[in-house]
Amino acid sequence: MNAHAPVNYLTTDYRLSSWFTTTDHKRIAILYFATITLFFFIGGMAATIIRLELATPAGDLVTSDVYNRLFTIHGIVMVWLFLVPSIPTTLGNFLVPLMIGARDLAFPKLNLLSWYLFVAGGACVLYALFVGGLDTGWTFYTPFSSTYSKGNVFVAVLGIFIAGLSSILTGLNFIVTIHRLRAPGLTWFRLPLFIWAIYATAIILVLATPVLAMTLLLMTLEREFGVPIFDPARGGDPLLFQHLFWFYSHPAVYIMILPGMGVVSELIPCFSRKPIFGYKFVAWSAISIAIVGFLVWGHHMFVSGQSVFAGVVFSLMSYLVAVPSAIKVFNWTATLHGGWIKLDSPMLYALGFIGLFTIGGLSGLFLACLAYDVYVTDTYFVVAHFHYIMVGATVTAYFGGLHFWWPKITGRLYPEYWARAAAIVIFFGFNLTFFPQFILGVLGMPRRYHVYPAEFQVWNVLSSGGAFVLAIGYLMPLIYLSWSIFWGKRASANPWAATGLEWQTLSPPPKYNFAVTPTVVREPYCYTPEALPQNG
Amino acid sequence: MQWIPFFTPGDSQYSNDVDLLFVGLLTASVLMLVLLFGLMLIFIVRFRENSGVKRPHPAEKSWRWEIAWTSATALIFVIMFAWGASLYVRIYRPPDDALTINVVAKQWMWKAEHPGGQMEINALHVPVGRAIRLIMASQDVIHSFFVPAFRLKHDVVPGRFQSLWFTALRPGTFQLFCAEYCGTDHSRMTGSIVVLRPAEYQDWLRDQVGGDTLAAEGASLFRSLGCSGCHAPGSTVHAPRLEGVYGNPVPLSDGTIVPADDRYIRDSILQPRSQIAAGYEPIMPVFAGQISEDELLRLVAYIKSLANAKRGAQ
Repeated sequence: MNAHAPVNYLTTDYRLSSWFTTTDHKRIAILYFATITLFFFIGGMAATIIRLELATPAGDLVTSDVYNRLFTIHGIVMVWLFLVPSIPTTLGNFLVPLMIGARDLAFPKLNLLSWYLFVAGGACVLYALFVGGLDTGWTFYTPFSSTYSKGNVFVAVLGIFIAGLSSILTGLNFIVTIHRLRAPGLTWFRLPLFIWAIYATAIILVLATPVLAMTLLLMTLEREFGVPIFDPARGGDPLLFQHLFWFYSHPAVYIMILPGMGVVSELIPCFSRKPIFGYKFVAWSAISIAIVGFLVWGHHMFVSGQSVFAGVVFSLMSYLVAVPSAIKVFNWTATLHGGWIKLDSPMLYALGFIGLFTIGGLSGLFLACLAYDVYVTDTYFVVAHFHYIMVGATVTAYFGGLHFWWPKITGRLYPEYWARAAAIVIFFGFNLTFFPQFILGVLGMPRRYHVYPAEFQVWNVLSSGGAFVLAIGYLMPLIYLSWSIFWGKRASANPWAATGLEWQTLSPPPKYNFAVTPTVVREPYCYTPEALPQNG
Repeated sequence: MQWIPFFTPGDSQYSNDVDLLFVGLLTASVLMLVLLFGLMLIFIVRFRENSGVKRPHPAEKSWRWEIAWTSATALIFVIMFAWGASLYVRIYRPPDDALTINVVAKQWMWKAEHPGGQMEINALHVPVGRAIRLIMASQDVIHSFFVPAFRLKHDVVPGRFQSLWFTALRPGTFQLFCAEYCGTDHSRMTGSIVVLRPAEYQDWLRDQVGGDTLAAEGASLFRSLGCSGCHAPGSTVHAPRLEGVYGNPVPLSDGTIVPADDRYIRDSILQPRSQIAAGYEPIMPVFAGQISEDELLRLVAYIKSLANAKRGAQ
């Protein structure tokens, strides 16, 4: 360690206990990084076994019960323990105070409590998944989950309940912080679009997560204490569960994608060296997605027996919620026009995001289309669709953001050559894994199938091959980013010549973020075409 | 549409409409993709950092662009919505003259019951060119009846009858899947739809070792479960006669009038106190949890068979 380097948030205290009692938003972000990375690889291992099994039509690697547990592990861990917390708790935690010129979030101790709750919830879920097992799928549909499943439903639901509490507290913290702690001169329409996206996400976290908690609580009351709620034999209605579940779980998709859109809205202007096109349209589209996103849940139930009229209304609302997403894509594309575009690794990830998000979004139009959804719902078409959005788009944006802010977070530069290679491997590996699944869906292969008719094999083999490439792509950043922490070149305060407030402080930032609270006098993204400075 | 390499044509009355819808959606999507990716590629190459091309001034009045692409997108979306919705409404509206077959789903098998009492497991024989209406019930968890070749699917939710109808266009054997995850052997809950020529279908019906018709079995259940003690002609208990009830409007004690369809009959057996016929006391016992889906379907078939009997006949 360089004796002359200024003390930063990483070097203020080297004791392990200082990490577990920290209230510094930057250190809590690091705690989250470590935790969700662990969950990402647990969920990824389950996916690997699933793809290995599906390489052949027969169920020859694991039994049906194990297979069902694997996709349940994969779904629950990836949705609630990786994707929902991914960008908000890591990049969001680290960047929200820095981007608005604050010293920390509004409630630093609550922020630490959120992390402990998240770890406790995650531990419960892992316990349930590996001790006793769980075979309900991540959707917990009744009456299977409440009456017929022999799995460890109670502990898993308890874990998701606790993790949900953590989500609510995080959302609350962000909302209050963004309202109250902005630097002087930082008006709403001078906020970075990442902040708008996190704000919209936080609103959904606070409003939707309690509904999930109530739904799972009702299901548990029925399962453990025999209170009849969803059980048709005792006058309940299984479809009520689906209505309640999707009232949370569809907005949850926007919890996963909105922060990714926010990251990309930061990267595109920086590497195009010009202001973003249509700032206000991009900002308001995030808010409208958050609002309209609450009114589309019934499109998961077009074949469930809800009324034809309800189906028609939910279809129309689903097309409506796609409009603001399209607006964002058009504005990002228009931002490229007339820029000075530099294809550094964060930009490669951002462009990959736009491509995969567009394919995922367009396939969503097929599913919102009532008569076509009757055919392809519950097939691999749906699996491909939501993986394009939730993995193709969100995880790519997460990696883009991670690369962009890595020098700020760690004070180190990673090897750019390997970063670009990983971006390209991930893009192609992803498409090879999931595009064949669209074809499987159009051919009629149902999802959650352990064994399948032989005519589907060729596409499954392609998909499994793609998963191998994708796994390598995801391991590459783990290796070179870890390497860079110890041996990477030291980063300057602003290696990308970016405009956000977070780049005005040191890399890594001091514990208190800013020596003097900055005053904001300009719009965001005042980029100019000057060449990027040399890193060093 | 055999020109699409992996495409297999459909075989039901609406499969061509669904496929045409698919081609429409695909064409619109590919055009949007080509436009967008094309523009991105052109911009990235033309405006790369080192290119000497002159950069235009930032667009004045950028909101004109915003309004243009927002309204164009919304228009395309509304067309997609209207096309899909109109077809959906047609797909789920059954014709009046359909042949009704009962389907009971349970972990992990499909059971079909023909009106003549013929039963089959994980198979369904139907005549070609005739509208078939399936009345589906689940004995345990949610299943989903999915025939890819017919482009049709409907969930089978316990606690309610759900119906699906189709007309097969050509003879052959088609794959039946369960599309809603239902536990251990979900992926083995498959079967086949065998579409026969009308004469072959009649032969097949005759060759089955059938018991009584469903209605006749329902009639004996009607006696053994004690229903006839109150509902049969000549009973001293003040209970509604069931002759001529099915398919007609029933006035309820709360003043509303409901149609006596399959769902009404089912609900009246399971939860008789939820909808009380006008002029009667709520004295019937609750049968929810007392009888199986198979028995329910037979009782409903029996009450249906009374539809044309003269009301109040002694």
